[in-house]
Amino acid sequence: MALEVQIEKKFEKFHLQVSFTSSDGITGLLGASGCGKSMTLKCVAGLITPDAGRIVLDGRTLYDSAQKIDLPPQQRQVGYLFQNYALFPNMTVTENIRAGVRDRTRRQAAADELLERFRLTDIAGKYPRQISGGQQQRTALARLFASRPACLLLDEPFSALDGYLRWEMELELGELLKDFSGPSVLVTHDRGEVYRLCQNACVLSRGRSEPLRPVRDLFQSPDTLSACLLSGCKNISRARPAGRQRVEALDWGVILDAGRPVPDDLAYVGIRAHFLAPHPGPNPIPCRVERVVEDVFSTVVMLSTPGGYEGSARLRWELEKDAWAALGGPEAVTLSVSPGDIMLLK
Amino acid sequence: MDWFPLLNSLRIALISTVCVFFLGILAAWYVAKLPRGLKGALDCVLTLPLVLPPTVVGFFLLKLLGPKTPLGAWLLNTFDLRLTMTWPAAIFAVILVTFPLMYRTARGAFESFDPNLLSAGRTLGRSNAWVFWRVLMPGCRQGLLAGTVLAFARGLGEYGATSMVSGYTPGRTATIATTVYQLWREGDDALAYRWVAVNVAISLAVLMAVNLLERREHWEKWPSGWSEV
Repeated sequence: MALEVQIEKKFEKFHLQVSFTSSDGITGLLGASGCGKSMTLKCVAGLITPDAGRIVLDGRTLYDSAQKIDLPPQQRQVGYLFQNYALFPNMTVTENIRAGVRDRTRRQAAADELLERFRLTDIAGKYPRQISGGQQQRTALARLFASRPACLLLDEPFSALDGYLRWEMELELGELLKDFSGPSVLVTHDRGEVYRLCQNACVLSRGRSEPLRPVRDLFQSPDTLSACLLSGCKNISRARPAGRQRVEALDWGVILDAGRPVPDDLAYVGIRAHFLAPHPGPNPIPCRVERVVEDVFSTVVMLSTPGGYEGSARLRWELEKDAWAALGGPEAVTLSVSPGDIMLLK
Repeated sequence: MDWFPLLNSLRIALISTVCVFFLGILAAWYVAKLPRGLKGALDCVLTLPLVLPPTVVGFFLLKLLGPKTPLGAWLLNTFDLRLTMTWPAAIFAVILVTFPLMYRTARGAFESFDPNLLSAGRTLGRSNAWVFWRVLMPGCRQGLLAGTVLAFARGLGEYGATSMVSGYTPGRTATIATTVYQLWREGDDALAYRWVAVNVAISLAVLMAVNLLERREHWEKWPSGWSEV
């Protein structure tokens, strides 16, 4: 069971070029807003026609520009979970689910089964605006499963929610999707969601997709600038190779030992804010303290480095509040970072 | 008092409203889906009767359907059907004049409708026709109803184009609007006032219906308690 996507489409503002293969489990498409994530899903569902490429689901060709195949959305068997769930407001929960059942003869039977499975029996007669967000999500999923999809497309399912509710809905979605055997694609700009829900992910930046990678690899050792930014790294400097294992961080004005061969096409280096240490060690970076910001559970120290412009903070260092207090408010510190924690980026 | 003008006005307005209801929705549906450039051009053409003087619309209709034009002559010779200066001719005039009202309200309703709802129906395997009738139409119900009532009200009061293509023949083509004009010319103020009263009463009823419809829509959209602020 797999979904192969390889599509291209030109828009006024950007050029969408996406290719990935999603096998069973959830594949993440991670990207900033406006990078073409939703557009990609709409192409897979047949709601938008790409200019060229191929979309194959379990050996069934849904779209092929060379063979002039372009199945209508009705025949694709692709389940689409919309951002706002897109429940029909003029229909009750039961009627919404019935709308998803393709087989006319067992519409009510199938709906009853799904109402039971998704714990919706008590609110079967209510309208979408009368039920909670969690119930809306379950109704949308029940309706989706009623149509017996061969793959699932999840379009930023939690973006309309915040805080605790968002977390609860994510847990629930994870539970409900465990029973689904086909490939699923989750589109989001939230790295946490991808990390927690997906097995593999690919980064989409300005319409172009980067190679699919296992999620843990992608976050521990991102190899491109956009992947590194999306993984939440706050310290990035322009860089160039300075020897076999050494790299010059141009914005920080230091030469760092990467402890491994530096690729020729290296353009940036990244260091996570909590991997910087205030004690003597490898790769010493002399810094001046510019600003100290108290965060909820940690202290964020903004630093300037020798190569940095006077007065502009170039490094962000995060540490526990107690650890910062123990240092006694220094005006300058020398930080070290172990070679393995230096991310080499294209 | 001869009630024929009321009956004639009502039947013309009713028949043309039914036609305009379907024509307007159909046009709005197709125009809403068009690419931008073509959409703008077609939109202008379809809205034109709203801004043109009704006499211009009547003039065009006479040039199209009159007994001396190819279409009019053919209809007259083959079916013995005379279109101008009869009461059904007013239906064409009223359809043309009220069409933009229905078309524009319907298009507005369609364009502000959440397209994800339509997409959801299609990805669930339901036909485009099902999505149109079961999702789009109920969702746009209030807007479409308001457009229909407006078209009916405007149709009831149509004067310019109607008087040109149907003329004024008491008991045959007279409508409320043409009767009031005729009574004024004859100086029969008493009877003219009675027709004016009838017209005002019907118009007020229709406008109140539109207001009620719009208020229902707002009640659903605005959170409760807003009016107390």
